[in-house]
Amino acid sequence: MTRPRTLYEKIWDAHVVEQRPDGTCLIFIDRHLVHEVTSPQAFAGLRASGRTVRRPDLTLAVPDHNLPTTARRDASGNRLPIADAESAAQLAALETNAPAFGIRYIDAVAPEQGIVHVVGPEQGFSLPGTTIVCGDSHTACHGGIGALAFGIGTSEVEHVLATQTLLLQPAKTMEVRVEGEVGPGVTAKDIILHITGVIGAAGGTGHVIEYTGSAIRALSVEGRLTVSNMAIEGGARAGLIAPDATTFAYLKGRPYAPKGADWDAAVAYWTSLATDPGATYDKTVVIDAADIAPSVTWGTSPEDVVPITGIVPAPDSFADPSKQAAAAKSLAYMGLEPGTRMQDVAIENIFIGSCTNSRIEDLRAAAAVLKGRHKAAGVKWAIVVPGSGLVKAQAEAEGLDRIFTDAGLEWREPGCSACLGMNPDKVPAGERCASTSNRNFVGRQGPGSRTHLVSPAMAAAAAVTGRLTDVRELID
Amino acid sequence: MTPIEKVEGRAIPFGLKNVDTDVIIPAKWLKTISREGLGRGAFETLRADPDNLFDRPEYKQAPILIAGDNFGCGSSREHAAWALGDLGIRVVIAPSYSDIFSGNAVKNGILPVVLPQAAIDRLLEVAATDPIHVDLDTQTVTTRFQDRFSFDIDPFRKMCLLNGLDEISLTEKSEAAIAAHEKKIATDQPWLIPAIL
Repeated sequence: MTRPRTLYEKIWDAHVVEQRPDGTCLIFIDRHLVHEVTSPQAFAGLRASGRTVRRPDLTLAVPDHNLPTTARRDASGNRLPIADAESAAQLAALETNAPAFGIRYIDAVAPEQGIVHVVGPEQGFSLPGTTIVCGDSHTACHGGIGALAFGIGTSEVEHVLATQTLLLQPAKTMEVRVEGEVGPGVTAKDIILHITGVIGAAGGTGHVIEYTGSAIRALSVEGRLTVSNMAIEGGARAGLIAPDATTFAYLKGRPYAPKGADWDAAVAYWTSLATDPGATYDKTVVIDAADIAPSVTWGTSPEDVVPITGIVPAPDSFADPSKQAAAAKSLAYMGLEPGTRMQDVAIENIFIGSCTNSRIEDLRAAAAVLKGRHKAAGVKWAIVVPGSGLVKAQAEAEGLDRIFTDAGLEWREPGCSACLGMNPDKVPAGERCASTSNRNFVGRQGPGSRTHLVSPAMAAAAAVTGRLTDVRELID
Repeated sequence: MTPIEKVEGRAIPFGLKNVDTDVIIPAKWLKTISREGLGRGAFETLRADPDNLFDRPEYKQAPILIAGDNFGCGSSREHAAWALGDLGIRVVIAPSYSDIFSGNAVKNGILPVVLPQAAIDRLLEVAATDPIHVDLDTQTVTTRFQDRFSFDIDPFRKMCLLNGLDEISLTEKSEAAIAAHEKKIATDQPWLIPAIL
């Protein structure tokens, strides 16, 4: 009788190629996603050492970080040039490197193009029980379908390209169990913001977090991807949600997903991966879903979370002296006074998008709030950026784009956009943004930008009122 | 990768908690297709202040950085390690690191030393006036005031750092095991190979 194992342990064990005497394991990588920003130096390294890509068939490249989200073709259908020379060079490098090394490549104007973490599951390239890596920390996202997925640096990108493996130490396991039903207006984003507030930005360091409990089971695949996406914001390199009927229904029929008898074999295997009864985690945190409100961040760490009904905390309300100092710095940067009601904070910019919240369900949630309404006069810039060309097409088929543009929001082309300040979509210095992205770091959305992380419905509510708003006041 | 064994010199008494890689190197510097020259963008936002620590004469080219909890959190950008290396940093000392950052550091010949907060507090004090000595072989951090702090490090990482090892060459020695794994999944789980090309 084998020892009961967690989902993480089962996936890990199935991928150990070799174990070294010091405990380091050589782990096989089933899927490698590549984008333009963290790959050029890896391809250069391969060239310099005369190496090739071992498994181009397990590798998929797509540009997302640098691409402007404005029109990509002119009226006669010709591709428009990228104005920024450095971005253009980086995008051109990927466009050259992918075919040169035999890697399948989705180009900037393909209908399937999008944010790498939206594209992977959407194409069925990301599958449960697989190991997935990408030179991007939000690779944790794919844990939402039950893949062991994590971000890697460029040296590791080169290592995977050359060997299809990584040298890793096993992680510790952490269970975050969310039991019960969430209230109205509370979404997957609010669940993960709340979790991050509870465990802290380093709470999951050294661990892989498995999200369990009835509130997680009740989420759609889109919602699960949102939760697992931000595992890294709690310090965990990967998140995991056990694959189930919801996952299988989502994946079935997608282009790269198994077909026919292969599909049945795959589902049987995926079903066997669930954590065994009696398996133990190194750490468990239990959260009551009823305690989760529509949530918002006040500071410059994703752990700085309060319910929308809350106030800006005073630095001395924290016990830890280093947190007091960090909070004081955050408040100065954010231009906020302790005691201010979050709902009184005026917002000039709205960003609905990013690998956290740019899937069809996110756009539907935002559109439901915006329908028949208009953005407030004080909101200067409001953009909706679908996660992929397929999400964009679906949203347009449902008429969501019209709801957004009628409400005064801009409807853009897919990409990472204003999540990270690398492309033209930036928040001006000193201005606030209600953003559905994942990081409220100093300067993240552009130098001097002030980010408040929220759900798509909450971002839509802020667009309507021009201030951070409890979305429950705008829905029935 | 340059091997690392003993490092002695001034240590930048930075000490902040939850310093993310966007702070270490802002996004605009990620558009490069090279690993070189990123020191110019290191801690750019903080260095906009003329009185910043990093540009004080006594800390110019300092080989050691003392940081706070959860150093290098956030984005996986290896540019953070490249930028620190380009600044001249060979050792970071902090109570904890993000997992991705510490891995990136090691792969670029930068030693991430983990010490408890009390030791960090003492080293921050020493760093204001005096150099600090780090010895990877004996796994110790010492000062001329007889401070001596021992640290733990994963033996594989230690071996890589001491020898300036290229991990890819090391992994290529496991060719037979990798090929065997590939053969096993091709037989047992053929659906793992993407359905269309």
